Amino acid sequence: MTDGTSALPGSGRLRRPGAARKARIDRLATVGGRSGAPGAPGTPAATDEDTADVGVSLLRDAWRRLRVTPVFWVGAVIIALFVLLAVVAPWIAPHDPGAQLLIGQTSRARNSIAPPQAGYPLGGDTFGRDLFSRLILGSRQTLLVGVFATLIGLAGGLVLGVLAGAFGGWADTVVMRIVDVMLSIPSLLLAISIAVLFTNPNLTSVIIAVSVVQIPVFARLLRGQMLAQRGSDHVLAARALGVRRAPIVFRHMLPNSLSPVIVQATLVVATSIIDAAALSFLGLGSQDTASPEWGQMLGEAQDRIDSHPGLAFWPAGCIIVVALGFTLLGESLREALDPKNRR
Amino acid sequence: MLRYTVRRLLQLVLVLVVLSLLLFLWLRSLPGGPVTAMLGDRSTPDKRAELTSVLGLDQPLMVQYGKFLGRVAHGNFGQSTGVAPGDSAIGVFADRFPATVELAIGALLFALVFGIPLGYLAARRRGGWLDNAGVVTSLLGVAVPVFFLAFLLKYIFAVKLGWLPPSGRQSPDIDATRVTGFFVLDGLLTREWDASWDAVKHLILPSIALGTIPFAVIFRITRSSVLDVQNEDFIRTAEAKGLTNRTIRSRHILRNALLPVVTVTGLQVGALLAGAVLTEKVFAFPGLGEALSIAFTKKDYPVLQVLILASATTFVLVNMLVDLSYAVIDPRIRTS
Repeated sequence: MTDGTSALPGSGRLRRPGAARKARIDRLATVGGRSGAPGAPGTPAATDEDTADVGVSLLRDAWRRLRVTPVFWVGAVIIALFVLLAVVAPWIAPHDPGAQLLIGQTSRARNSIAPPQAGYPLGGDTFGRDLFSRLILGSRQTLLVGVFATLIGLAGGLVLGVLAGAFGGWADTVVMRIVDVMLSIPSLLLAISIAVLFTNPNLTSVIIAVSVVQIPVFARLLRGQMLAQRGSDHVLAARALGVRRAPIVFRHMLPNSLSPVIVQATLVVATSIIDAAALSFLGLGSQDTASPEWGQMLGEAQDRIDSHPGLAFWPAGCIIVVALGFTLLGESLREALDPKNRR
Repeated sequence: MLRYTVRRLLQLVLVLVVLSLLLFLWLRSLPGGPVTAMLGDRSTPDKRAELTSVLGLDQPLMVQYGKFLGRVAHGNFGQSTGVAPGDSAIGVFADRFPATVELAIGALLFALVFGIPLGYLAARRRGGWLDNAGVVTSLLGVAVPVFFLAFLLKYIFAVKLGWLPPSGRQSPDIDATRVTGFFVLDGLLTREWDASWDAVKHLILPSIALGTIPFAVIFRITRSSVLDVQNEDFIRTAEAKGLTNRTIRSRHILRNALLPVVTVTGLQVGALLAGAVLTEKVFAFPGLGEALSIAFTKKDYPVLQVLILASATTFVLVNMLVDLSYAVIDPRIRTS
């Protein structure tokens, strides 16, 4: 076997010859060594083991470019801090987010809320609860919304996209018509439409509403990727070798279709958090005020924005920073995984 | 070209039929329902039964859907029950349509007028301060929730500084003649300049709020597209031929870079329709988006049907126009 086959499982368009071997050398070498060395062509391939090899080296190649990108580090640090905050939130929050500790200084009639004071750095909210503790614990629910909405959207899109892209024919037609109909409704309208179906809006209904919107997006992306590979040489080679359809789809086509999907998923986390906030703003968010969520806090604060802008600015600031973090990470991943930048 | 257009139109019809069925089933599965919404929780069963039969909600679903389709064919979507009780649903749509179109045009103008030139300049001076500032702004623009940006603009420029009006389409003390329903256009047609100017002032803040995401997207796509194109071989050829910089920029770079911009602009129309729900609510702007948020809370089924069908139709139609406009911009597509 010659040069052509060495690039087979990784789709020839993306890789230059010898990359699989280069990755192997990289793995054997110590951390950080030999990053720029060009590999020699001529590695035999086309076994499943080599598919894994190419996957590793694809990530390695991307990582090599990522780790010198400041944008990536800013995004990664923001997300790391956010996740850390969400994990340790119950231990570092000074007060119970549901307890109306400052209710004595709060008056609906006079439109007054508790000011910042010792032990309460940001003061209270309209119900006399500690705003600082609510912000800290809000990170948990917000992370849940972002991650689960993305995972559900991804799973749905994966099923539809693989059905359409792998089989083609009438499966493709049916799936894509469904996707067309879903895409014909502007995304937020679709999310609203789903959210209003729930009698008692809660975190789960919000997650479902914002995740369904993402299903057609992922489905379309995956289908496009898989269609492009159906006619490619490495799939043809696998078929010629007598590999059955399922392994071709799941071990050859799917892994090679994933990089744009990963990028999209990172960006969707940000979109989901923002969409959830929009639902809260329209009164369709979680009504469970004992477990705060940033979007919900922002929605609650909307009536008081003229008199108490801080109530809105803090949760909004948190949402913006986190959304920015995921956007930066997604964009830098896109740059790093883009075959055009591989040189 | 013609065959393609016809095929796309047929596809549109299919999408709309499926959509209308889904929409119909969805409306019926909403909790509460219009009777509760109109009469309140404590109504007597008699009253409820009466209203149910008046609205035709007691018949089998298929019959209701059949009647619904028949009415739709005649342009009769029933009467509004919540947004403007008693008015026809299509009338509510017609009343508010011009407002949202004005807002959407304002937002798109903002996005295009700033997005394309800035994106172009950023790409020409890659790494310069304009490039960096533009990239940061566009990243922030996507990260800020639309309604929060709307609040912020309203809070700063309307409440604190008082430069622009905080809400509505036109000041109530202006006695403007209505011709088309498009307030800015009306003022121009009737030569009531102050009415036009007042309407424009009411449009500025909502347009910026609504146009920020399209701006961010258009800026980035213009920038990356110009970056791609200016490294192409044909640009080097043009330079080698000794063409002036101006010709190269306008005829070679910009024209080729605009194709992805057109696609993305078309896709933004859907985002505009959705964003209008949030922006119009913040600015109490009496357009379709505001009607939609009222219709949701008051369970105004007929109005909801019209609004969702209309926004879906607009979205699909615009995307079709975008596809067709490729042929105009890019002769290579025309021949294939």
